[in-house]
Amino acid sequence: MPQVNMTVNGKPASGDVEGRTLLVEFLRDSLNLTGTHVGCDTSQCGACVVHVNGKAVKACTMFAAEAEGTEVLTIEGVAAPDGTLDPVQDAFHQHHGLQCGFCTPGMVMSAKALLAENPKPTEAEVRDYLEGNICRCTGYHNIVKAIMAASGQDVETIAAE
Amino acid sequence: MYAFDIERPTTLADAVKLLAASDEHQALGGGQTLIPTLKQRLAMPETLVSLTAIDELKGICQDDAGRICIGAATTHDEVVKGAGDYPGLAALAGQIGDPAVRNRGTIGGSLANNDPSACYPAAALGSGATIVTNKREIAADDYFQGMFTTALDEGEIITEVKFPVPQKAAYMKFEQPASRFALVGAFVAQYADGVRVAITGASEEGVFRWSEAEAALGANFSPDAIEDLTLSGDGMIADLHGSGDYRANLVAVMTKRAVAAAG
Repeated sequence: MPQVNMTVNGKPASGDVEGRTLLVEFLRDSLNLTGTHVGCDTSQCGACVVHVNGKAVKACTMFAAEAEGTEVLTIEGVAAPDGTLDPVQDAFHQHHGLQCGFCTPGMVMSAKALLAENPKPTEAEVRDYLEGNICRCTGYHNIVKAIMAASGQDVETIAAE
Repeated sequence: MYAFDIERPTTLADAVKLLAASDEHQALGGGQTLIPTLKQRLAMPETLVSLTAIDELKGICQDDAGRICIGAATTHDEVVKGAGDYPGLAALAGQIGDPAVRNRGTIGGSLANNDPSACYPAAALGSGATIVTNKREIAADDYFQGMFTTALDEGEIITEVKFPVPQKAAYMKFEQPASRFALVGAFVAQYADGVRVAITGASEEGVFRWSEAEAALGANFSPDAIEDLTLSGDGMIADLHGSGDYRANLVAVMTKRAVAAAG
């Protein structure tokens, strides 16, 4: 099997993969980074979102071999090495932005990608950006609220729905 | 998925060679359609030739004729951000899939696949674009040949798409909420020499030009000009999301909205 080499969460990572090995399979099964979830496996739900060279992608719809030489960031690499939460993670905690938590890794990775390109999104922009992230608990309101809070905006004015 | 190998050539010449080596070799763009297809075991290539490591296929520029030229391996997100000189096209790219899909999916992949509900075929046909391959240039009017069928030969690779920039254009998409593909999408573009209207999502023949609407809008570019035009539901896609008649009606509705949005 061919070898693939990439940087994952700042550290070199390599392993033997088949052509058909998905990036999410390499992360979970070879590197034991199981924070990236597989929800639908059909690129609808967004539980598997990771960043590849700074761009949010669905790791269930990209082959590991295509990540050769890239910088990959997963949910495990988001907090500081001493365990201090990233502002987005902290805001999800503060604003109860998760219920069962299955979609959360993908939500956090999408949120970080959004804030990187749009540091002060409107509520509508947040909801639009999360189009490809599905929360089956339907806990969207607090997810949106958490992302707005992480961007430093006043969230007391967002009405509960 | 069945087992296959992946090759990642870094030049177009190498990609052409790899695809020509066997008819069991298949090109892989961003994979946003092909990977789901492989997961369903609807394709069984021996080798996938990934086109995403080929820098010469990426990027957006403007040629001497003022056309926006987009490399085939350019992602939808790069078109959203980089095709500002053709706002109608950038806006269409921003409606494809979701942000993560737009970071992987490519214009060349979409046009080579020619899904009957994809957005890009409407932009290419509605702009009278030129599809450039490793062998030749193909006018959009000759390129789309029915559902999932194009003028591409076996092993032929799209390298670039050239879009003449219209005076105004807009795309209106009635989205199928689960797949985010167009249930019906209408792309309307006004050029100095006439109006083009391309419809995706509706016909069993794939993307098509609505010539009656083009003629009416050419005389009077306003939603009122096509108020009385109707299409037959015969030959329209009919599935659990909508009947042929429903889609035929949506074509007229979305075209009017696109004209209104173009202003």
